[in-house]
Amino acid sequence: MTSTAIALHQVNKIFANGTVALQGIDLTVRKGELVSLVGPSGCGKSTVLKLMAGLATPSNGYLEAPAVAGDRDLAFVFQDAALMPWATVLDNVHLPLKLKGQSLRACRSRLQAALNLVALQGFEHSYPRQLSGGMKMRVSIARALVTNPHILLMDEPFGALDEMSRSRLNSELLQLWEQYHWTVVFVTHNIYEAVYLSNRVVVMAAQPGRIVADVPIEEPYPRDENFRTSPQFNQYCRDIAHQLAVGNPVPMSPSAPPSILTS
Amino acid sequence: MILKEPQPSRVNAQGRPPAIAPAPKFARWWSEIARPEVLAPLVVGLLVLLLWEGAVRWLAVPPYLLPGPLLVLQTLIEEWSELFPSLLVTLLITVLAFLAATISGLLLAVLFAQSKWLERSLFPYAVILQTTPIVAIAPLIIIWFKNNTFAALVVCAWIVALFPIVANTTLGLNSTDRNLQNLFQLYGASRWQTLWHLRLPSAMPYFLGGLRISGGLALIGAVVAEFVAGTGGARSGIAYQILMSSYKLQIPRMFAALAMTTVLGVLIFVSLTWLSDRLLRHWHESALQREN
Repeated sequence: MTSTAIALHQVNKIFANGTVALQGIDLTVRKGELVSLVGPSGCGKSTVLKLMAGLATPSNGYLEAPAVAGDRDLAFVFQDAALMPWATVLDNVHLPLKLKGQSLRACRSRLQAALNLVALQGFEHSYPRQLSGGMKMRVSIARALVTNPHILLMDEPFGALDEMSRSRLNSELLQLWEQYHWTVVFVTHNIYEAVYLSNRVVVMAAQPGRIVADVPIEEPYPRDENFRTSPQFNQYCRDIAHQLAVGNPVPMSPSAPPSILTS
Repeated sequence: MILKEPQPSRVNAQGRPPAIAPAPKFARWWSEIARPEVLAPLVVGLLVLLLWEGAVRWLAVPPYLLPGPLLVLQTLIEEWSELFPSLLVTLLITVLAFLAATISGLLLAVLFAQSKWLERSLFPYAVILQTTPIVAIAPLIIIWFKNNTFAALVVCAWIVALFPIVANTTLGLNSTDRNLQNLFQLYGASRWQTLWHLRLPSAMPYFLGGLRISGGLALIGAVVAEFVAGTGGARSGIAYQILMSSYKLQIPRMFAALAMTTVLGVLIFVSLTWLSDRLLRHWHESALQREN
């Protein structure tokens, strides 16, 4: 739990149009940690993940990723599942290995294992359109797990799901995480989800995107349903909501437009 | 005006649940035909033909001005041995031009997709090719290919059919889902892997849409070029028959040839639609049956 898995050091990200997306980001994620990033839209939490994944490069500062030796050590789960609609569940999960030149037959057992992990056995030959939102997300997670990554970057993975699917997938993700000890960076706008899952919740603010608080959740795992209704849980949520409100003040003067219109 | 052919169903039969008991062939065929989207145009067509026949008889219109549909049908049967081979010549020109347009259009679109600069510099010329009236340049092309009119006709039809495929496929190749692009990048996919496994499948519905437009255009291009060529001899297409019939004031024969051309166009469209539905039936909205 001590060595660094992935870290950003004094990172700024300025988009081509001049927008300062991130300013002075210092974030160290240790091996085996589950860290959530919460913040309003436009605070750059997805950009942090993209920088960590190498899908974008920092304008200043640097990325330290000692846990990432090859491109299989890191997996990304996108918000809308990002499945290929023309391919079956099996073919979608096969994709990362196919791009490495492994035939379907050669890695069939690994694919099956990944599908079993997310309880999708029996749906191998279904097409994404035949699946519910929650099941699509499971496929997406299976695809991420099939390469046995060390680091899992998740960009609002359950944001589009209904509350019941969300909490179910939360519990399943936690179980898998306790079993496999991945390092997870989890972006969400849902405080409850962040508190329930994480070792640490990193609170961000917008304009410019920056980190305003880093709240450790000192609750032992496994966390069960009782934690969700406990007073500590509520205390954490209130705390983080407060940090969010301090970091992202709503302008009160009548002359200034409400922030919802400007952001 | 034109003979109405029964409109085969546009909706694929694959997506529907199987019948409870294995129905006899005729019953299945009947349930396929007896649907509003098939019956309605059929009824309209029959009504128009009836009105047309009635009007021609009632007003005693001479057949060299407007033949009734029955006379057209009769002429079609009588002249079949002469008209049908001509139709096959036109069909051959159309198919060759369409295949050429499909392959060259796809290759051009893939080329455009490789670099924004290539697309920017070449796309305007594809537009120019499209906007140049084929009637105006057909004589020139026929002169260039002076020993081979057939090839000249194929080239004319190809020019007309090319653009929709290039334009649609280019659009499709550029409309790939951004997250999937990121995913491919993350797993270190090569340019060709991305093209083959991501961009081409994404472009498939657009490409097939282009094919549906181009199929009809290839036929039109072939007919127009044949009109300009006015070619005689063994390889004379259906447009030649239309021309000759009108010169000789054999108007019923002209109508019969015209009807054949139209039916051929409809058949081309229907078969391309069928192909498209078949290829996309598992995943694309355009080929899915409505659930409500």
